[in-house]
Amino acid sequence: MSELKEELKAKIIEQLNLEDVSVKDISDDDALFGDGLALDSIDALELIVMLDKDYGIRLSDPKEGRKIFESVQVMADYIETHRTK
Amino acid sequence: MSEIFRIKSYCHLKSQTFSVNGIIIFSDDAEDFSAFIKNAYKFFKTDYSKFFKMDNLSKLAFLAADVLLKNENLKEEENNIALVFSNKASSLDTDRKHQAAIENDEEYFPSPAVFVYTLPNICLGEISIKHKLYSENSFFIFDRFNAEHLQLYTNSLLRSNKAEKVLCGWVDFDENSYDAFLYLVENEGEIEHNTEEITRLYNTL
Repeated sequence: MSELKEELKAKIIEQLNLEDVSVKDISDDDALFGDGLALDSIDALELIVMLDKDYGIRLSDPKEGRKIFESVQVMADYIETHRTK
Repeated sequence: MSEIFRIKSYCHLKSQTFSVNGIIIFSDDAEDFSAFIKNAYKFFKTDYSKFFKMDNLSKLAFLAADVLLKNENLKEEENNIALVFSNKASSLDTDRKHQAAIENDEEYFPSPAVFVYTLPNICLGEISIKHKLYSENSFFIFDRFNAEHLQLYTNSLLRSNKAEKVLCGWVDFDENSYDAFLYLVENEGEIEHNTEEITRLYNTL
């Protein structure tokens, strides 16, 4: 699980072009949206594509992302349970 | 009677250099555009977190506009500055990236962050958001730099009071080749706003 969380942090930084943010700057429970990393709606769509491409998880309702993308910890828990690759 | 407008300031961004009013104020050894524009962004102490999410055309247009507009003492609530931009390659550089992401049916994962930039006028939105411009904006595609069209369109906007000032010019990006020339037109300035002067300034560097 710890490895997955580190992997997710690295993917988030790279795919969302977060300048001057490193893996150690993101805590497992930091909010990804709002006051945390301040991601926006396009970032949310990128994360949905990432779930599909890298973990074989296809969200039927984009609104599901609101809960799944709450933090790296929540994302990792969801991926561990639902991943198909 | 036709009102005469003036070019107040202008800038060029090409060949690893950034100049304002004909004077080089930043140059860099980085041949790769991404590295060059990042270094320029930091040199000008630009503070805009969304910058690194933009595509290359928007980064080029945004930074060129930002350097000119930051000297204008803009209002915090709203600014009546129109944008009239043009180029040759449209958004082709980003279009290719999107095409590469969708051409294989078995690996069909288009990036939303790339797709949103598959129109050249998106860069106008980025500039408008940063500087609170709720005014007219247009983006034209030409085979070459077209001073005549830019001058006519800009004069029309100013004479009809659609805008107090117009930021206009050329922002072209394709496959690591980039060329930006922007100039600000208003009632005051040392250079007369006519096609000869626009062409002269475009060819300055």
